Amino acid sequence: MLMQEKQAPALPETDTMISGSQALLHALVAEGTDTIFGYPGGAIMPIYDALYDFEGDLKHVLVRHEQGGIHAGQGYARSSGKVGVVFATSGPGATNLVTGLADAQIDSTPLVCITGQVFAHLLGTDAFQEADVIGITTPVTKWNYQITDATEIPEVLAKAFHIARSGRPGPVLIDITKNAQLQKFAFKGYTPCEHIRSYRPKPIVRKEYIKQAAELINKAKKPFVLWGQGVMLGSAEQEFKAFLEKTGIPAAWTIMGAGALPSDHPQNVGMLGMHGNYGPNVMTNECDVLIAIGMRFDDRVTGRLDKYAKQAQVIHLDIDPAEIDKNVKTTVPVWGDCKETLPLLTQLVETKKHTDWLAKFREFEQKEIDAVIREELFPTTEEMTMGEVIQQLNEITNGEAIIVTDVGQHQMVACRYAKLNHTRSNITSGGLGTMGFALPAAIGAKFGALDRTVVAVIGDGGVQMTIQELGTIMQSGIDVKILILNNQFLGMVRQWQELFHERRYSFVDITSPDYVTVAKGYGIPGRSVNKREELRAALEQMLSNPGSFLLEVMVTKENNVFPMVPQGCSVSEIRLK
Amino acid sequence: MSEQAIEKQEYNITVYTENQIGLLNRIAMIFSRRKMNILSLNTSPSEVEGIHRFNIVVHETQEVVSKIARQIEKQIEVLKVYFNTNDDVIWQEMALYKVPTQVIAEKAKVERLLRENGARVVAIRSDYTVFETTGHREETDNLIKVLQPYGLIEFVRSARVAIIKDSDGFNRKLREFERMEPGHEVVENEFLNSRDKVFSM
Repeated sequence: MLMQEKQAPALPETDTMISGSQALLHALVAEGTDTIFGYPGGAIMPIYDALYDFEGDLKHVLVRHEQGGIHAGQGYARSSGKVGVVFATSGPGATNLVTGLADAQIDSTPLVCITGQVFAHLLGTDAFQEADVIGITTPVTKWNYQITDATEIPEVLAKAFHIARSGRPGPVLIDITKNAQLQKFAFKGYTPCEHIRSYRPKPIVRKEYIKQAAELINKAKKPFVLWGQGVMLGSAEQEFKAFLEKTGIPAAWTIMGAGALPSDHPQNVGMLGMHGNYGPNVMTNECDVLIAIGMRFDDRVTGRLDKYAKQAQVIHLDIDPAEIDKNVKTTVPVWGDCKETLPLLTQLVETKKHTDWLAKFREFEQKEIDAVIREELFPTTEEMTMGEVIQQLNEITNGEAIIVTDVGQHQMVACRYAKLNHTRSNITSGGLGTMGFALPAAIGAKFGALDRTVVAVIGDGGVQMTIQELGTIMQSGIDVKILILNNQFLGMVRQWQELFHERRYSFVDITSPDYVTVAKGYGIPGRSVNKREELRAALEQMLSNPGSFLLEVMVTKENNVFPMVPQGCSVSEIRLK
Repeated sequence: MSEQAIEKQEYNITVYTENQIGLLNRIAMIFSRRKMNILSLNTSPSEVEGIHRFNIVVHETQEVVSKIARQIEKQIEVLKVYFNTNDDVIWQEMALYKVPTQVIAEKAKVERLLRENGARVVAIRSDYTVFETTGHREETDNLIKVLQPYGLIEFVRSARVAIIKDSDGFNRKLREFERMEPGHEVVENEFLNSRDKVFSM
């Protein structure tokens, strides 16, 4: 379709009469929005009508389902560090956002979602496509607000962006009744919000805690750093690296934190948690000082809490005061943005090496290589493993790609083995574990980082949950590499059934369509491989294809992800098989 | 951990907030999500114009209440949360009792009982009379028992309102909140400001 690039309207002068819809779009432009993921409908039509004139500034990506829209918004936010913007209509459009909101809330992803709502005079009358969106989304948003009068739009949007991106980021939903979208009012200009008196995005850094933390670190014989996504959310990767390199402390990551420090950094000792690496889990219960940075001690990380790091003094750096002492009792709470606290801490800590202590992690790593990793990455079996696919991918991309993963076994394998050279390169649904996340999130991630290669690694279960977004790829022409690791099972559930339910494989046997044909229907080239000899060439074909490409790799059916901390067990009870 | 931290007792949670539609829901959900029962909830204006005050009563351990308090304080429109045991607050609840007027008129004993319990007449009709008492739970409860044999028609009790003994009000704090860079005091929960015990190394 030929369409002339239209110049978006300039910000109107004060007291110009404009509609609520126009005010909304001017606000988005002023906040630096360049891409919107959305789906139109009756109650949001005035906004879409206004959007028609804003094409020059605001690129709208038409998704195939609102859940796809919000996951794309998340992917965009995670790869770019900017606020993701999502449009949906009232009723079903808005309720389809709920999963993504919950996902963004638990993974602290900045989003501003705009939903249309029925006319204000129809609120509460069970009008067509009316749902209590504010009520439904309250527990899954950082903030939400309903606008029934257009004059509120500039101020509320300014607040929405400020709240979404500041402090611990999160999703904001603004529900706008149709009358407010249509209503003309005298525009008073747009002023970004910098302060809300009842909202303190960052606690004030307390020097005494920094001092106490530094004393603990300086005295420690076996200190251990755990980091999470907070390092990236605070754009503190450099500060974090400087702190680590001065102290010489080994550091392990939660899956949300992956990539904040390059995979091959000598102090990066691997992944924490249920399917994390052997050393980091065992050493959590060996260290004397545990330094948690921008992470929240999720149960998948801690395992059994009453046997978690009981021997250690805990230093917790977090921007959210509600995280301190929530799960793990802290010895020293270091409140604040780690971008500010880490340099203060680095100043006070002594330069050390901890060579012997770090070597212990490497001993455990060797055990893990022998028991698990070698066979996973370089299998001697005839059938392919998920790990070897990721290994081959690493060799071709050399760790330069953004890896977006779905949820399940392939997610654990990809997070464990993907080589990540750069920050914001691992995008996954960590807290909520939303199957169907990867395909739409990868689309958004690519829009947020057009110069990067984006590979969506997805299982055969998850891909079928949001496969309709192939249509979004087709229409937008975005370049996303789709790598389906097909084990013909809902693998993670099957693994648990094998290990904990006497191999009673209850409804985990899942069939797949011919993905290559499906992709072809959407105009996306594809290939399916089931032989090791073809794998390398197929991956190279996928990555070198000028546009999107779908590659299905048939992997061994009943492989288990190890190591594993069984539920209810301590991290030191991690199993290698 | 101190005994107070693991023993359940009544806590009075005081929440200073902006006046915002839906905030009650947001706060209530913090409790219901954790399957916690709210024993009493009152919303009212505060000493500062435009600032609302919630009084919430729960029966919980200090540890749980302190976590809940931080979750509440995290909400965008919440300015400040305090929590106190009953010993730390002055609190009152009001109750209304509807009794047949005939009984009061005929039985002098009832009038005496009402006076002994500090009840006050609010309304007199030919068929019923409404009394009011204000006090602690035991006091308002006691009058139910007293009136039951005399044909108590209707009873209702208000939510608890509580004043914190040690508080010097919210006016000065609000001024700090209004500044772009608030001072230490408004940034953290009170209970965490006194966490010296945690530092026993």
